Amino acid sequence: QEEKRLVEYFRTQVRQDPEVPSAVAAIRTLLEFLKRDQSETILGLRENLTQTIRRLEEADSSVAVSSGGELFLRFISLTSLEHPDLSQCKKVMVERGELFLKKISLSRSKVAKLCHTFIKDGAKILTHSSSRVVLKVLESAAADKKRFTVYVTESQPDSAGRQMADKLQNLNIPVTVVLDAAVGYIMEKVDLVIVGAEGVVESGGIINKIGTYQLAVCSKAHNKPFYVVAESFKFVRLYPLNQQDVPERFKYKADTLKAVEDLAEEHPMIDYTPPSLITLIFTDLGVLTPSAVSDELIKLYL
Amino acid sequence: MADCGEPDGPGNKDDIARSKNEGKELTKEEKQRLRKQKKQQKKHKERKNEKGPSETEKDETPVSLLPPPPPVATQKAPSALPAPASAPIPVPASAPFHSSPAPSPADKPAKSKAELKAERRARQETDRAAKQPGSSSSGIKTKVPLSELNPVVKRLPEHVQVDDPAVVKRLAKKLERQQIPLRSDYGYKVSLFSHLHQYSRKAPLTQLLSIPSTVIHPSIVRLGLQYSQGIVAGSNARSVALLHAFKQVIRDYTTPPNEELSRDLVNKLKPYISFLNQCRPLSASMGNAIKYIKKEISNIPSQCKEEEAKTKLLKCIDRYIEEKIVLAAKAISKYAIEKISDGDVILVYGCSSLVNHILCEAFEKSRKFRVIVVDSRPRLEGREALRRLVQRGISCTYVLISALSYILPEVSKVFLGAHALLANGYVMSRVGTSQIALVARTFNVPVLVCCETYKFCERVQTDSFVSNELDDPDDLMVTRKGKTQLENWQDVSSLGLLNLVYDVTPPDFVDLVITDLGMIPCTSVPVVLRVKNLDQ
Repeated sequence: QEEKRLVEYFRTQVRQDPEVPSAVAAIRTLLEFLKRDQSETILGLRENLTQTIRRLEEADSSVAVSSGGELFLRFISLTSLEHPDLSQCKKVMVERGELFLKKISLSRSKVAKLCHTFIKDGAKILTHSSSRVVLKVLESAAADKKRFTVYVTESQPDSAGRQMADKLQNLNIPVTVVLDAAVGYIMEKVDLVIVGAEGVVESGGIINKIGTYQLAVCSKAHNKPFYVVAESFKFVRLYPLNQQDVPERFKYKADTLKAVEDLAEEHPMIDYTPPSLITLIFTDLGVLTPSAVSDELIKLYL
Repeated sequence: MADCGEPDGPGNKDDIARSKNEGKELTKEEKQRLRKQKKQQKKHKERKNEKGPSETEKDETPVSLLPPPPPVATQKAPSALPAPASAPIPVPASAPFHSSPAPSPADKPAKSKAELKAERRARQETDRAAKQPGSSSSGIKTKVPLSELNPVVKRLPEHVQVDDPAVVKRLAKKLERQQIPLRSDYGYKVSLFSHLHQYSRKAPLTQLLSIPSTVIHPSIVRLGLQYSQGIVAGSNARSVALLHAFKQVIRDYTTPPNEELSRDLVNKLKPYISFLNQCRPLSASMGNAIKYIKKEISNIPSQCKEEEAKTKLLKCIDRYIEEKIVLAAKAISKYAIEKISDGDVILVYGCSSLVNHILCEAFEKSRKFRVIVVDSRPRLEGREALRRLVQRGISCTYVLISALSYILPEVSKVFLGAHALLANGYVMSRVGTSQIALVARTFNVPVLVCCETYKFCERVQTDSFVSNELDDPDDLMVTRKGKTQLENWQDVSSLGLLNLVYDVTPPDFVDLVITDLGMIPCTSVPVVLRVKNLDQ
C-alpha cells in the first residue's frame, strides 16, 4: 500500500508537469519516501530504497528512471555517514537528496546553453521523435535569433514526431515532418542531426527511441555530424554489445512487459546506437566525446 | 656575448659574463646553474693553489658534453634522451681531456669560452630533460655509474636495442659485474626485428653458470630454466611462479651485518632479475609484480626485526597473488557471465587461463553455449585449452587460424585473453590475436578482451615491431614422414626464420574490456591507470 501510494505520487508528478524528466519525478518520489521512511537501520533504509526503485521501474520502464534512481542512491550514501544517530543520518541524506534534485533540475538548461552555439544561422536540423531536451536546445537557439529549419521523423509506432512538430510550430520554428523511411532521402539536405537519449551507456553509445540507429548509420554514411543531448543522470551502467544485448526490461513499455507473455511478438520501443557513430554528446558535465563517457562514469560510480 | 676572453682577473670576468647570460632566464635550472657557478668560482680560486681533480671532474661533467661530439651524438640519437643517459659514457673519456688543460691563467679565458658554451649546451640538455616527466637536472651533477641511472628517466630498454653495439657492450659489462653469464643470440635475424634478442632453446643459460652458483639463488635458477624451456608459460603462470620463487628467496635471506634489510634485499634481487631477463624477457605482469615487491621491501621500517620483516613480506606477496590474480579472476568471471547468453557460440584463441576459467564458470552456472577453439603453429597452445574445456564437458570445435574466415559467420562472440594492456588502449597478446580481432570486426562479431588490472602497463606502443619477443627459430621446423623441411636453414644465407611471440591489437577492433574493476571500453585504460596511481 505504501508502495502503491508512492507509485501514485510518481504518476501525479509526471501528469502535473509534463515538462519534468521522468527521472526527476522518480527522484522526487524517492525523496518523499526517504522522508516518510520508518526503518531503523541504514541497511534497511537502503534496501527499502532499492525496492522502491524497482517498483518505480515497473511503473515506467524507461532507462532514465533506473539510472536516476541508482545515481540518487549513490549520491546520498556517498557521504561518510558517521553520525551515530539514525535520524541525523537521515537528515543528512535528505539534505543531500534535495541538493541532488536541485542540481539536476537545472541540467536541462545547462545542456541547452552548451549546445545551441553549435547551431549556425541557416542550419537545417534533423531530429528524431519527441525529446524535451532537444526542444529546449532549439528553443534557446531560436531565442538567440538564429534562423534554422527542422525536419522531424514521424517516429512510429506512437507518432511522437508529430507532437514535436506541433510544439516547434508554437515556437515559430519552420518544421517539416518526414516519414521514418525517408531519412536516407532527406539526409543530403540536412547539416546536422540532433537527438535526445533515454540512456547513455558505458561504452559511450546511447539508448533511444527505435529508429535512432538507422539515423546514425545514415548520417555517418553522409558524413553529417550526429549530436546527442542528454542530462548526466541518464548515464547508466550498462554495456550492450549489440541490439540483442540490451536488457528486455528496457525494450518495451512497462504495461507491455506485465501484460504480454511472449515478447517475441512485440516490437521493441528502443534501440542501441554504438559510440562509433556518435560525434559528440552534450551533457551538463560538459561536451564529451563518446570515449569520455566511460571516464565520467568511473568518476561518478567509483 | 661576453666571451671576449680577457686575460686579466679571469675569475671575476667569468662570473660577470656568466651571470649576465644567466640573469635573463629565471628557471629552476638557471638557479641551480648559478649555484653551481658560485661553487665553481670558489674552486677556481682553490685551483690556483692546488689541483682538485675529483671535484673538477664532478663539476666538469656538464662541460664534458661538449667534447668529442660524434660518439656522444650518435649515442643520443637512438635513445633520444637527455644528458643523464649519455653523461656517464663521456665522463671517463673526457676526464683525461680535462685534467690535461691544467688550470693556468693563460688557459682561463679559453676555458671560460668553452665553459660558457658547454654550460649553454648543458642548459639545453636540462631543458630537454625537464620536458621528460620526472627527470631531474640534478642527474647531471651526480657522478652516475653506468647501470644505476636515475630510475625516473625513461629510456629505451636494453632488450630492444640489440643492434646497437654500444648498448650491448654496456649490458655485457653490467652482467659481468653481477656475475651473470651473457646469453648469445642464435641464427640469422630478419632485418625488421634485428633489434631484438633471439635465443635458442638448445643452449640454456644454466649451461654457462658455474655450480654452485653463489650469486643466484637455486630457486631462481630453476625458474629461469623453466622459463627458457617453455615449461612455465602464460602470463599469469609466470607471474605466480616468479612470486613463489621470490618468497623462497626471502625465506632463505639473512641480513648481513651492518646492512639494512630494506636496502640490501632490493640490491640482492637485481642480479636475479637480470638473470631471469636473460633467460626470457620479462613480461609486463612480471614487471608490475617486481615493482610492487620492491616498493614493499623499501617500505619496511628500519627498526623492524628481521623475522618480522620477512613474515610481513611473505604475507604481502600472498595477498598480492590472492587479490590481483585469484580474486580478480572471480570478479572478471562474474562480469563475463552476464555477457554469455544461452545459445551463444564463443570463439577463443590459444590458451588463456583467464578465458578458460570464465568458460568453466559459465558452464557451471548452466549457460548453454558451445566453444570454437582457434589454434596456430608453432606453439599449438589451443590443444591445452581444448583439453581443459572438453574435460569439463563443454562442446568444442577445433580449427587452425587459417580457417578463421570460414567459421566466423557461425560465431556470436569472441573472447580473448591479453598479455598486457598498454596505456594508449592497445592490447598486447599472443601473435594472431590482432588477426582474429580484425576479421571479427569485418564480420561484425563483438570482441571481448579479458584482462586483470595488474597487467595494465604505462607503455605506449602502436605496432608490433618496436618491442616484441623472438622465440627459437628452430621451432618452425616440422618433421613429417621422416623428412624435416628447413633442416639446414642456417646454410641458406638469404633465409631467415621468424618466430614472433606477441602482437598488438588497436582499440578500434576491441568492443569491450572486462577487468576486475568492471566493464570498460578499450579507450578507458589510461583512466584506470590514473585511478590506480591515485590509490597508491
